[in-house]
Amino acid sequence: MNKKNIIQWFTFGIFRALSYLVVLILFFILGFIIYNGIGVISWEFLTGFPEDGMTKGGILPAIVGTLCLMAGSMIFAFPVGVMSGIYINEYAGNNWAVKFIRIMTNNLSGIPSIVFGLFGMSLFVNTLGFGDSILAGSLTLGLLVLPLVIRTTEEAMKAIPDSFRTGSLALGATRLQTIWRVILPMAFPNIITGLILSVGRVSGETAPILFTVAAYFLPKLPASIFDQVMALPYHLYVISTSGTDIEASRSMAYGTALVLISIVLLINILANSLRKYFGNKVKTN
Amino acid sequence: MKRFLEKLVEGILMISGSLTSVAILLIIIFLFKEGIGLFNSPEVEKGYVLSVSQANPVNSLSPLEVKDIFDGEITNWKQVGGTDEEIMIFRFDDIFNYYPEEEMGENYEFLPDKLSSVVQEHATIIAFLPEKYLSVSFQGKLLDKKNISPLDFFFGKEWFPTSAPVAQYGVLPLILGTLWVSLGAILIALPFGLAVAIYLAEIADVRMRKVLKPVIELLAGIPSVVYGFFGLVVIVPFLQSLFRLPVGETALAGSVVLAIMALPTIITVAEDAIRTTPRIMKEASLGLGANHWQTIYRVILPYARSGILAAVVLGIGRAIGETMAVLMVTGNAAIIPATLLEPVRTIPATIAAELGEAPAGGAHYQSLFMLGCVLFVITLVLSVAVEIISGKRSSRGV
Repeated sequence: MNKKNIIQWFTFGIFRALSYLVVLILFFILGFIIYNGIGVISWEFLTGFPEDGMTKGGILPAIVGTLCLMAGSMIFAFPVGVMSGIYINEYAGNNWAVKFIRIMTNNLSGIPSIVFGLFGMSLFVNTLGFGDSILAGSLTLGLLVLPLVIRTTEEAMKAIPDSFRTGSLALGATRLQTIWRVILPMAFPNIITGLILSVGRVSGETAPILFTVAAYFLPKLPASIFDQVMALPYHLYVISTSGTDIEASRSMAYGTALVLISIVLLINILANSLRKYFGNKVKTN
Repeated sequence: MKRFLEKLVEGILMISGSLTSVAILLIIIFLFKEGIGLFNSPEVEKGYVLSVSQANPVNSLSPLEVKDIFDGEITNWKQVGGTDEEIMIFRFDDIFNYYPEEEMGENYEFLPDKLSSVVQEHATIIAFLPEKYLSVSFQGKLLDKKNISPLDFFFGKEWFPTSAPVAQYGVLPLILGTLWVSLGAILIALPFGLAVAIYLAEIADVRMRKVLKPVIELLAGIPSVVYGFFGLVVIVPFLQSLFRLPVGETALAGSVVLAIMALPTIITVAEDAIRTTPRIMKEASLGLGANHWQTIYRVILPYARSGILAAVVLGIGRAIGETMAVLMVTGNAAIIPATLLEPVRTIPATIAAELGEAPAGGAHYQSLFMLGCVLFVITLVLSVAVEIISGKRSSRGV
């Protein structure tokens, strides 16, 4: 082996080792939380209310709250995002307006989540008078994931060859009919995958809900969209940093972290298997 | 009818397409509306005044001077441009040391006069008084009432938003704290991420890619609060025992956590950039007798330079804006850090920690929105930078 090949062998070895290390880091984080949290998970933990200053009991209100926020934000972000994606990809030409919209969408996705929190508090909570509520929190979170939904929709539609569009138009279909009958059904699997990933993103966000919806402790479940809720990420934050007795609530924190991570894992697996399932289906057609 | 429907749908689609632009516009309006209010707020707490005797040559004090005086760090008028005499601090309650409560009258109607005479009689006094107890014939000299100046905000070295009588809104320690933590994170994450990106794009076989890709996706998917929690229970104690620190919550802990969080961004963007290298260039290099590593080092990396730069900028942007993880592991001390092994406080962490306690509409509340503006502008500049960097690449053609 000459010198240059020794160098290559050496550097590639380092690169490979670092790549393995990334896998190791992920498994360490996941393993650590699963190992410490699995003992806490029980039926009572998942369906009970917090007790004794968050040191005992369960996290049901936080789970319900997070589910409410996931649903609420998607009700807003999904239709708007998909419609934006359709407009950018199918209607607007390559003019300045589209460029502008695209740059703005990019910028929106670059804005830190805490700024969304400030904005949500100022607009939804104070100016529009929603107060700390599911409505305010969902709108804030919806705005946060909007760029993600738009981008996945755009990519899903871009992947469809133009021959389908021209074919449909040549048969006398209008633009709208082409989109509704040809493009959307084909792009649907990828759009749904994007939607699922956005839901995952929403489930873990903390900063935007700090001042728009999250409550430290609530003894009851929300009854309307104008109620405050507890949420899993915020719950994890408070019991690991500022609970009444941090040491005593540590096991609760591990359990909460495990539930949160399980949601994210499940969503990822779901998205991946959907992608695979639809991928195979399209091929066989 | 059909045509009308087409137009209607197109209109609706256009409206939702422009929603992101509207959202950005609204964010700017609301953030700056609240934030700018800070510079219309008085330095001294609302409803209070600072006053000295007429005999005192000092007419105005900077916020920092007032704080140092009331903290006992400045004790002589000479230090703030007055005569060589010791400063006597007078707070409203101190009036009872001069006059017994009986002399105030039944409804404290004599209180304003007493305050006035105390201030007048003591040439070295500085008094912090509620405005409502000042009589029309108040004999003392009121110090200049200034509004909080942008200069003090952007270059002030102290952040004590709740200190009385004059709150300190100096963002310098917060900006520096944010930069320290983010740069530390990038220094850790960049070599790491670049190595993994090269491995993924050039070296790894399909089987390894199939393992690594979902792993990176998952790393990106883990919520920041979980990273913060992991940092709190694993990385913080580890660093504490490693460097024998009094507290483990340091800038370095923040950097390590942020580095892990920025990795997926850096890897994905850098890998995409490396993949854009035209096959023909690689083959030419290999054909000239270079081996794979030389080709990567001399041909591919220079070609992918701007894409890698974009990855770095995106990573920094992600790190600067990250809130929860940093809030949980950096210790949140608003001091200008000397080393990475000290507690720091970043801009997002400050907003998250303090907004809950700041009364809406007050100067503290407004200052946090101003911090939001600062953060917004920083990330906007970074976004535009990425835009320009990647725009350059596409205009270069090939």
